[in-house]
Amino acid sequence: MDTIFTRGPSLNNRLALAIALSVLLIFADHKLDAFQSTRVYLNSIMSPLQYIANLPKVLLNESAQRLTSHQALLADNERLTNQNLKMSEQLQRFNVLQAENAELRKLLDVPVKPQVRKMVAELMAVDNNPFSQQIMINKGALDGVYLSQSVLDDRGIVGQVMEVGTTNSRVVLISDVTHAIPVRSLRNNIRFVATGNGAFDELFLEHVPHSVDVQEGDMLVSSGLGEVFPEGYPVARVSSVVHDEGRPFATVTAQPLARLDRLKHLLLLWPQQRPDADTEQQAQEPQSAASQQGE
Amino acid sequence: MLRARHYVIASTILVALVLQIMPLPIQADLYRPDWVLIVLAYWTMALPHRVNVGVAFLAGLAMDILLGTALGIHSLALSASVYVLAANYQRLRNYSVWQQAIIIGLLCSLYHLVLFWLQHLLTDIPFQFAYLWPIFSSMILWPWIFWLLRKLRRQLTIT
Repeated sequence: MDTIFTRGPSLNNRLALAIALSVLLIFADHKLDAFQSTRVYLNSIMSPLQYIANLPKVLLNESAQRLTSHQALLADNERLTNQNLKMSEQLQRFNVLQAENAELRKLLDVPVKPQVRKMVAELMAVDNNPFSQQIMINKGALDGVYLSQSVLDDRGIVGQVMEVGTTNSRVVLISDVTHAIPVRSLRNNIRFVATGNGAFDELFLEHVPHSVDVQEGDMLVSSGLGEVFPEGYPVARVSSVVHDEGRPFATVTAQPLARLDRLKHLLLLWPQQRPDADTEQQAQEPQSAASQQGE
Repeated sequence: MLRARHYVIASTILVALVLQIMPLPIQADLYRPDWVLIVLAYWTMALPHRVNVGVAFLAGLAMDILLGTALGIHSLALSASVYVLAANYQRLRNYSVWQQAIIIGLLCSLYHLVLFWLQHLLTDIPFQFAYLWPIFSSMILWPWIFWLLRKLRRQLTIT
């Protein structure tokens, strides 16, 4: 019904109401974290839209898979067989080393590092908000995903779970401006904090004094401090060190090892849980071999 | 019939939401137009008694959930932009489509600046001019969306 008299509150009052509500929501969500538990339901309500938006990509992938040539498959097969051979050789050595390490740790009365439960997840969508770096993955609360769980790719740490939905969850990348990860240098065990700066290929090391021994090419692994990321997974490689004496700290940048701009398969870790007894043998095999091996 | 008509507006907004989050190659992602804002702008101008600040607020909340921003950021920006349209719809209706496209461009700038400003308050993000590309793509898209939605509205006689 198109009347010249509007029903309900006037336009100005509606705007005032909308703005007041928005400000209240922003404050409650960002400062008080009031929606931590409700976000699961909110995400679940909205996830059908995400699945629809993801449909073209899924269809394209499917058709691309159907159209791959015999030749490409053969080449792929050969490459993977070679890789498998190399990896199994490394694994043989790794098993010996692992046994030896466990032995030595026992001698030193240091607890043996346990195998952890893992699961392969797939990338659903990359967030298109230019101000933040987040991705969606296709595993959620039903698969046991929990808040601030570590996410890896085949090269290193990718980020941590930020919001959990029923069947999918949101991961914030280590390169996001709001993210920082405690790391240590593999060469000399010096500890740093690596923060993201919004670019896929750069992390900053914060508050590094000029006197600290850090060099280009140093490998940085997670230090396990902060108790979010498990210890010892590769994070980044130092890409430049600038000592400008006019500044209080050295400017150190590092390049993430995980290829954050071309993620596809990701690995979720449960550092607190051991793999189930019957799959323990399986869990020691390369991660790419089996999906959902933690189940 | 009223129910069926109700669904048309809601479903165009849903389609806009899907287009807003659809994965695109990184090169194209920069130029993604503000689908939700354009669709809301059309309905606000055409049927201001049906779609105005309230619908914009709800669509903004949906975007906040989909994009993972703090709840309320997109709803504030969308409500403010739609308010400007709803307050001036009688004048804007009489403009030609190209003049309207310029207005949409201005509106998109307002929308993006409010978004940037709010997120700048919450987290420390630097401003890049690349954030403003969607303004141009939205301006180019406006005449086509206008034509499409007007056709839809007239054929289904939505009032």
